[in-house]
Amino acid sequence: MMRIEKSYFADERDDDLHEIGQPRQRADVLGHVTGITSFYADRNHEGMLHLKMVRSPHHHARIRSIDISAAAAHPGVRRVLLAADVPHNIYTILSFIGILPEDEPVLAFDKVRWMGEPVAAVLADSPRAAAEAVALVQVDYDPLPAIFDVEEAMQPGAPLVNEYHGQNWYAYDSGDARKVRLGDVAKGFAEADVVLEQRYQSSPIEQAPSETSGCVVVPDQNGRFTCYTGTQAMFFSLTNAAIILDVPESKLHFVGGTVGGGFGGKTDTVCEPIAILASMVTGQAISFQFNRHEEMQMSSPRAAERIYLKHGVMKDGRIVACEVRCYVDSGAYSRLSPYGTNKAAAHFPGPYTIPNVAIDAYCVYTNRTPSSAMRGFGCTIGDFALEVQMDKLARLIGMDPLEFRFINAYRDGDMKAHHQPTEGAALIECMQEAAKIAHWPVDPRFMAMSSRKGS
Amino acid sequence: MTLRYLRYADVADAASGAARPGARILGGGTLLVRDINMGDVSFDTLIRIEDPATTAIDNVPGGAISLGGGVTMARVVSEPALAWLAPAALSVGGPAVRAMATVAGNLHAPAPYGDFATALLALDAKVVLHDETALIDLPIQDFLAHRRALHARHPIRAVRFHAPPGHSFRFRKVSRTRVKGLAVMTLAIVLPTDADGLIRGARIACGALAETPVRIVGAEAALEGRSLTPDSIEAAIAASVGEINPVDDAIASAWYRRAVFPVHLRRMLAGDAA
Amino acid sequence: MSKVAVHFDLNGKARSEFVDGGATLLDLLRTRIGDMSPKAGCLQGSCGCCTVLIDGEPRLACITLAEDVQGREVETARGLPDGAGRLHPLQQAFIDGFATQCGFCTPGMLMAAKALLNRKPNPTRADVIDAISGNFCRCTGYAPIIDAILAAAEAGRAA
Repeated sequence: MMRIEKSYFADERDDDLHEIGQPRQRADVLGHVTGITSFYADRNHEGMLHLKMVRSPHHHARIRSIDISAAAAHPGVRRVLLAADVPHNIYTILSFIGILPEDEPVLAFDKVRWMGEPVAAVLADSPRAAAEAVALVQVDYDPLPAIFDVEEAMQPGAPLVNEYHGQNWYAYDSGDARKVRLGDVAKGFAEADVVLEQRYQSSPIEQAPSETSGCVVVPDQNGRFTCYTGTQAMFFSLTNAAIILDVPESKLHFVGGTVGGGFGGKTDTVCEPIAILASMVTGQAISFQFNRHEEMQMSSPRAAERIYLKHGVMKDGRIVACEVRCYVDSGAYSRLSPYGTNKAAAHFPGPYTIPNVAIDAYCVYTNRTPSSAMRGFGCTIGDFALEVQMDKLARLIGMDPLEFRFINAYRDGDMKAHHQPTEGAALIECMQEAAKIAHWPVDPRFMAMSSRKGS
Repeated sequence: MTLRYLRYADVADAASGAARPGARILGGGTLLVRDINMGDVSFDTLIRIEDPATTAIDNVPGGAISLGGGVTMARVVSEPALAWLAPAALSVGGPAVRAMATVAGNLHAPAPYGDFATALLALDAKVVLHDETALIDLPIQDFLAHRRALHARHPIRAVRFHAPPGHSFRFRKVSRTRVKGLAVMTLAIVLPTDADGLIRGARIACGALAETPVRIVGAEAALEGRSLTPDSIEAAIAASVGEINPVDDAIASAWYRRAVFPVHLRRMLAGDAA
Repeated sequence: MSKVAVHFDLNGKARSEFVDGGATLLDLLRTRIGDMSPKAGCLQGSCGCCTVLIDGEPRLACITLAEDVQGREVETARGLPDGAGRLHPLQQAFIDGFATQCGFCTPGMLMAAKALLNRKPNPTRADVIDAISGNFCRCTGYAPIIDAILAAAEAGRAA
């Protein structure tokens, strides 16, 4: 059973909590067990059309031509939408808060940059008719060399993924990478007793929610459209849809907040705009649900990362230098990865106080499924690399891995690598409690430490 | 275009019905209806066989057991006389899948599916197929080698095999998710012994390591006339390595399958716990 | 394009519906009848979110053809409460045990559990694990669900 350990930071606590720390029923649990909870797909509408996407079978290709005539004439098909039908055919996830780049189309027209990129939207009166018509859309592709490795993508001569950027990485205001600098790492490494450099690699990780991404759009009166959606980002998605469709936000009514598992995988607004457009042009209700294959391969995963970590330590356990080179695989388009890479840069070197730090975090484009958010966005993979490295460093100097972390733990007032003072640190107290619960022997001097004695 | 769903009370008639283009014979639906849902529009007719001959579990004169092609995994699990075979049926999926998946469906299922078929291969089963005019008895190896061509028009009436003596049937499915995953590999082994306790006619079958379940004949030959000792087991392992042809798939890479195959085969032969 | 009449029992009520050839039971329940409790998680028979009972046995509605429930008894999560609307012990146990978070797998889990308790009122932990081995949950980590099913079994025996 969960408990709040109140002995830590007791003087900072009013201890008047009535709800936190008590088991309380979720507001939606009765609906869940009775099958009443309404997910976006839990509705039928007379005349509802089914939207199925025509997707690129190539990792990288020019589009020479698209012929939808056979598909559009197929029995049961109402319409086939192409790029020219989309009022503002640019999907810019953070444009409404002034963050570009505008590097991704809603529907591709001249080029496809990842296998699965949407090219055309078929609207039909049954899923089977839509599937048959998808097979009838003729796209003349001219395949291009594709690039899949983040470091190779940054080499001169690598195939260019996205002409918008003119290079295969995002241009930060600080240059090719988001940079963090503190102290002098060269000096730190020179002084260190032991230096360890390791390479870490993660794969793209699919959030794999039980409910697939999608939405159901229903035309409403006064030219409004109601969009039942599984998005994790309701207002975000509404605003993006309004920009793409070039309509005032007041024309859109988003209903949702009930998500059958998101884990960050439902923060990209890839379903709503095209489905709303489909409803606009047909006047019918539209159902657009990713099938399981689309959810696993085409919906955005957590970005793969390649991380080079170099640490210099003293025999007494102090880390004196930390150098990080991190390549985040954004896939073919930016989406939220420039932001995630930013977070990664700030998150390194972890909850440790290190006097000399140099971090370069690159957001790199490859011909892979565009990546985006997932739990601990920007930080989780870095933590994997950092903590494995910490264990290795402890072993190298013959020190207990927990004690090694006590020695380096950040405390209130310590300067972080990105020049923000540490506030509200509690790593030391967490480790003390963990050591107690796990009966992990730790020298008494560490059990007497406090986050509040700043260095 | 909507699908047609045709039912036949006689499996011979079903064979004729299945001869038309665009028709597929339905087992439990675990693979075929899935394909329809995923947008496969290459067929438009489903054939259901409702002939009791295909759902019978019988003892055949001569001591053989006959399982109808439409017998589900759940029925195999619940049949007392087949308790020794239950581990193979239990591995096919969770309870709902087992209530639907059939013997015939599993024989046709492409790698990495086909765990029950792997057991049938180790049992040296005969596959009884309907032609449009006659019944054909095929050794299971021949069926597996030609199953793509046989799929459309030759419904499986039944499989026949002898129960292995004593406790000589061993089965293990290796999967990444602990409870019910797709197979990294499946191993089914029958080790009959003679009066002196020496192995005679070993049958070692593995699934998900080639396009169909295959017999590891090199390992079988290495065990002939021997008992299970560390030496004979190593000889069997050494003789087996070239006989598999795994591919990369979403479950595991060919490299991984090659690397762990000898480990699992050794454990099976040595009788180690999972 | 002719339709087929299917007569069956749904949660204790006789139903007669027309379906297209090749329509699945999931289509029939969700689109024709409007019972949204079984969910379309994968449409491949892999995730178990569409689990229903047919004559007391667990089945995957997404890969069951609608015509195949002719003359049979079908149960979904909507039919779990008793005639007076009181929650089934499984439903109460899921609430009490925090065995549901996003809720998408829950109807299927409940039906898989009901199938088990129908035939084994005193299941072991291993029985429960096998019973839900075809049902994916991406939120809870399964342990609260297993505990809730065992608690419901105990409550059912005590009742």
